[in-house]
Amino acid sequence: MGANLFANYGEAVAMILFGIGFGNLLLQSNLIKKIIGLNIMDTAIYLFLAEKGYISGRVAPIIVDGVQSMEAYINPIPSGLVLTGIVVSVSVSALMLSITVRLYRRYQTLDLDEISTRLKREGL
Amino acid sequence: MDFVQNFPAVSILLCLFGGIISSGLRGKTARYVNRGLLLVVTFLSLCTLCYTLESGEAFVYVMGKFPAPWGNEIRAGMLEAFMAFFFCIIMLLSLEGGKKKLVEEVEEEKVFLYYVLIDLLLASLLALVYTNDLFTAYVFVEINTIAACGLIMIRQNGRTIEAAARYMIMSLLGSGLLLLGICMLYDLTGHLLMSNIKDQAAMLYASGQYRIPLLVTIALMSVGLAIKSALFPFHAWLPDAYGYSTVSSAAILSSLVSKGYIFLLIKIIYRVIGFEVFYDSRIIDVLFAFGLMGMIFGSVSAIRENDVRRMIAFSSVAQIGYIYMGIGMGTQAGMAASVFHILSHAATKSLLFIAAIGLTDVSGGSRKFIDLTGGAYRNKWAGVAFTVGSLSMVGVPLFSGFISKLLFAQAAVQNGTKMLPALIVLGISTVLNAIYFMKTVIRIYTPVEDSAYESVTFKNMKLYGLTLICFIVLNVFLGVSSQPIVDLIERGLTVFS
Repeated sequence: MGANLFANYGEAVAMILFGIGFGNLLLQSNLIKKIIGLNIMDTAIYLFLAEKGYISGRVAPIIVDGVQSMEAYINPIPSGLVLTGIVVSVSVSALMLSITVRLYRRYQTLDLDEISTRLKREGL
Repeated sequence: MDFVQNFPAVSILLCLFGGIISSGLRGKTARYVNRGLLLVVTFLSLCTLCYTLESGEAFVYVMGKFPAPWGNEIRAGMLEAFMAFFFCIIMLLSLEGGKKKLVEEVEEEKVFLYYVLIDLLLASLLALVYTNDLFTAYVFVEINTIAACGLIMIRQNGRTIEAAARYMIMSLLGSGLLLLGICMLYDLTGHLLMSNIKDQAAMLYASGQYRIPLLVTIALMSVGLAIKSALFPFHAWLPDAYGYSTVSSAAILSSLVSKGYIFLLIKIIYRVIGFEVFYDSRIIDVLFAFGLMGMIFGSVSAIRENDVRRMIAFSSVAQIGYIYMGIGMGTQAGMAASVFHILSHAATKSLLFIAAIGLTDVSGGSRKFIDLTGGAYRNKWAGVAFTVGSLSMVGVPLFSGFISKLLFAQAAVQNGTKMLPALIVLGISTVLNAIYFMKTVIRIYTPVEDSAYESVTFKNMKLYGLTLICFIVLNVFLGVSSQPIVDLIERGLTVFS
């Protein structure tokens, strides 16, 4: 178990980062910190994918010098997934930031809990 | 290949293009495009449904020219086609019922954006229903989330923006877990297409390798989708999001968006993990337990609520609990009951939202119970519709809610260990439902002398009234002639795996 953990330290780091990001997104009350948490969480997944998809000593499957053996290349799909994931996470980050701007203009604070209490007081 | 097999892919693409085109149109034109789109997609789904019913099996449509282990696929069986058809109808009715409110509550120059979002939402729902590729499902889950977030905050006030922020945060937590689950499953099995993953997962399970990673994967995906569909402890965002957004959004969010995720979960159970493997993982018991808790706590919160829209929203939490309870029973009958409840809840909850808005409109826009007194006399059709919805939610015969409760009870009786808790909670929850819904019905039918508010007649709200009648007919239809639909669901679930 311990030996496996050391051999796969990249995945272990990815999981720890995922936990940090998840915790931040869930528990922070500051919206910007939440968004940072979101980005850490998503990036941790990409690290995990990249770590899993890479086999040391092999290269991306672009054929040069006529080498066609399967042993020379890595599977390109994880990298493709990472790219798709990045596009998705960029768009949700942008959306979250725009919501944050809206809330800040209205309430002059980034604290989501304070916004909630103020809304209750307004009784809207 | 038959011509009909193109229809699922075409309907997804049509909706995406509709969304793109609408972003350059004015509000009214965008609305016509949206309605035309909905009608076309409804028709296409109906054709697909007839085709699959006739052939009796599902078909696979290859997107692009790459064959199975590499390419992307769409798979349509009778259950998928029926879901798509039903979702379109509910969406059409919800939009028509809330049209007047939309004009009042959304700035005129932003109305076209609403229809852009609706088109994208429909595209993503259809994709979730039809896709056979797990990563495509993830991407469309995110599109669904973004569109739903826009639907919440298109009506601009502090409450909706805060609700949208909370909705977004919970959804992102859910999709983070889902994505991690998908990535781990990909690492375990080496595939992204659902049918290939299932073969590999069955082999892994039979050989006993990677037992714990497989369990973690199942847990991550289930919890992710449970968070996104607002299963009980994760429902904090729900009442604000449903209670303050414009009424069409509330109806669509509660009846379609959360159901899309649940349908994806059912798909994952049957087509990705495999029913037996999922059942053996005991995650199913966790879903069952949280479903039961949701049934009780959702209803208790609804009883304590003093705002009719928020009350209906809390009732959604309870109903989502019912669906997860059915999934958690771990039998075919429980699953069929859950799928039927998806339909019945979608038909009833959107009816309730649309009817409630009619009642609050004739009560000076107030949503407090005290102001609603006698509302059903001022707007007769809304009153009748609200009563029908309430009776259906409580589970009175003739209406759709009765059938789903009956199916749940039957499924519970067949299940040895889970019978007692399921039946007890079903009973308690029915009583609680009756308390808050009947309280409201009695309140709106309490006559008041010389009311300060004006009444409306059918003539002033023809379209709204017609929508309500359609909803009532749909509800009674589900309740009266449920047998063919239950048969269809059971056949669909067999074809599903």
